[in-house]
Amino acid sequence: MKGYAGKYLIIDLTRGKTSMGRVDESFALNYIGGYGFGARMLYDMMPKPAEVDPFSPENVLIWWTGPLAGTISSAGNKYAVFAKSPLTGIFGFGISSGLFASEFKSAGWDGVVFTGRSEKPVYLTIDDENIELRSASSIWGRTTWETEEMIKEELGDESFTVASIGPAGERMVRLANITNERNRQVGRCGLGAVMGSKNLKAVAARGTKDVEVFDIEGLVKFIAELNERCQGPATEKYRVYGTPANILVHDKLGCLPSYNFQRGTFEYAEEVSGEMMLKTHVKKIVACAGCPIACDHVNQAREAYAGTVSSVDYESLELLGPNCGIRSLDTITKAVEICDTLGVDTISAGNVVGWAMECFERGILTKDDTDGVELRFGNDEALLEALRRMCLKEGRLGMLLSEGVRRASQIVGKGSERFAVHCKGLEWAAYELRSLQTSTLGFAVSNRGADYLRSGSYQVDVKGQVDRLRLDKSRGKIVYDGENQYAVIDSLIICKFTRGVFKSMGELAKLYTLVTGLSMTGEQILKAGERIHNVARCFNVKCGVTRKDDYPPPRAFEDPLPDDIVKGAVIRREEYEEALDGYYECRGWSRNGVPLKRKLLELGLSKEAEEVGVEA
Amino acid sequence: MESRLRKIIVCDPDKCNGCRICEYICSFVSEGVLNIKKSRIRVVRIEPFLNLAVACRKCEDPPCVKACPRDALTQKPSGIIVVEENKCNGCGWCVETCPFGVIRLHLDKRKIIVCDYCEKHGYPRCVEYCPKEALKYVTLDQAARELSKKAVQTLMQELAVK
Repeated sequence: MKGYAGKYLIIDLTRGKTSMGRVDESFALNYIGGYGFGARMLYDMMPKPAEVDPFSPENVLIWWTGPLAGTISSAGNKYAVFAKSPLTGIFGFGISSGLFASEFKSAGWDGVVFTGRSEKPVYLTIDDENIELRSASSIWGRTTWETEEMIKEELGDESFTVASIGPAGERMVRLANITNERNRQVGRCGLGAVMGSKNLKAVAARGTKDVEVFDIEGLVKFIAELNERCQGPATEKYRVYGTPANILVHDKLGCLPSYNFQRGTFEYAEEVSGEMMLKTHVKKIVACAGCPIACDHVNQAREAYAGTVSSVDYESLELLGPNCGIRSLDTITKAVEICDTLGVDTISAGNVVGWAMECFERGILTKDDTDGVELRFGNDEALLEALRRMCLKEGRLGMLLSEGVRRASQIVGKGSERFAVHCKGLEWAAYELRSLQTSTLGFAVSNRGADYLRSGSYQVDVKGQVDRLRLDKSRGKIVYDGENQYAVIDSLIICKFTRGVFKSMGELAKLYTLVTGLSMTGEQILKAGERIHNVARCFNVKCGVTRKDDYPPPRAFEDPLPDDIVKGAVIRREEYEEALDGYYECRGWSRNGVPLKRKLLELGLSKEAEEVGVEA
Repeated sequence: MESRLRKIIVCDPDKCNGCRICEYICSFVSEGVLNIKKSRIRVVRIEPFLNLAVACRKCEDPPCVKACPRDALTQKPSGIIVVEENKCNGCGWCVETCPFGVIRLHLDKRKIIVCDYCEKHGYPRCVEYCPKEALKYVTLDQAARELSKKAVQTLMQELAVK
């Protein structure tokens, strides 16, 4: 079996001991890599997840690459991190890219599992076979960008790639992320805070080994073709304007969340559009290793924030911009820099600040609660100050926001829970609730919580393939298909921006076989995707997730959209129930959202069938 | 071959985004493996904005050749540097003299490696695989002409705007 390194590291942080595990063929075939490996392993290593405090040494922190990392596969250098999430209390998972995964695989490892908690701050170096936990006491407290430089300096070799947490992760801010190569993040679910709780500051990897593949000639030929397709129309949006191209598209459709999801358009959309950004702020477009697309638009701010540099994508721009009523690209560039260096997820950060701004404007939060910050929509300085305090847990405001929107709204109460826009505790990303209803269903049933990356179900809405202002039973199938496909993509792991260049699941299977030598068909790999999704759901069921958790926030049902183009749009409860039923039926789950024994057995998940599955 | 006719690999810093596809493909072409650390062309990334791929420049009177105490390096009329592996003992003197840092020791063999412009293939493969056409295989004269053209275009656009 090629592609895989065939082994992974196990690091007991409590004892400082290192051991090794093997990746065998049946594990590979059934779970592919990335998402699949993480789901399987988290389920197995945490038999009673409901009893595990995410910040306790009992939480397990798992890193996996996939079979494609380190090969020349188009946009295939990605790694994923897993743990029980401190933000949602369920299956926590995030993916990042860059060069890190290539170095990691080239060092001869597929993944690393951390257990326990180090007594003192440490970082892990993976240098081929040489594995070492080193003291991080001199870098503790440093930003992610400083940490990368300091570790390379200390190790005396710039070719180490570093994934680290910032001060937010160290302080266990529940929105904390993991950053590698400055601009790439394992953003969601607060996994940086789990690293912080384990006193693990960073992982530095350097590899010198060849990454062996099964059919190198065939692979290079196929990749040449895929890379060529990647210069075509399917990826044009990403190449030219980057993901911020969505700003004007979504504004026209009334699905651009603004003012904490109170509206679906933004009166200053032009000023923060991808088109404007390219003209006035983008200084350089960069690519992750092995990526023929290159979507990463690095901005340079001007005026008050001259000298500030950050990589700005759609989600960051939208939630820190329109969702907080902010119309300045300079401010947004600065806001992203604060989040990236101090180490929090821009999506969750923009969402929770937007919520706090609405609280402030409604008089639910006062200047007393914000330690003097005039936290109004459109107040640039207030946004930046709130972000800083959140990352550092400074003062009452910082402490409150650092909890994430679900907990913060429970602490504040006074009806603020009603407009806390999240699902299962994960802050909603930049897709409007009521004017993209298939999308909303996909977000609400996702294994991570409100998640745009697990099914891509917004696409049928945005492309006009369904009535996006209504729901019906058929939407369940759309979400189901999307989730299974995306589970494959996230397990291989390959960038979703290539999804339009693959003609079929068969082509993904072909790529898998060229790399690994294991025979695989489109049908089989899709089945693996379904299996993987079900394992993660079973983990969540053990955490207490059922139908009651698969709903969008109250705003989706109760506050009709005011914007002209989608005026009055709201989700009708009975339609939502019907769509949810449709989804569970496709999934082979009970009406309560629990996988049926029969389904689990069909997928070869006998342990899950025993422990979680229910009879029809 | 007259040196003015020598073609070299040049890289446009505006187009190079640091994707390293040239490095992956070079390791495949040169050694039949996938390992960017065995690439003869090297991607340099200087945060936050600079990306550039650099390969052997086919210098006139190359310092690497002069530096080798064992005469393991020679330059062909085409400008390509040839390494006689049995003479090279990996001392790395040449590595230190190359002003571009593009002559290096092989990771495993500890012998010198340098871009051979895919001589057998007749054309550098990295140029062929660069997805953004940042890499070009041209004479320095041609590279200069293209730079002039670009400068004039930019100037004219700016004048038109004014």
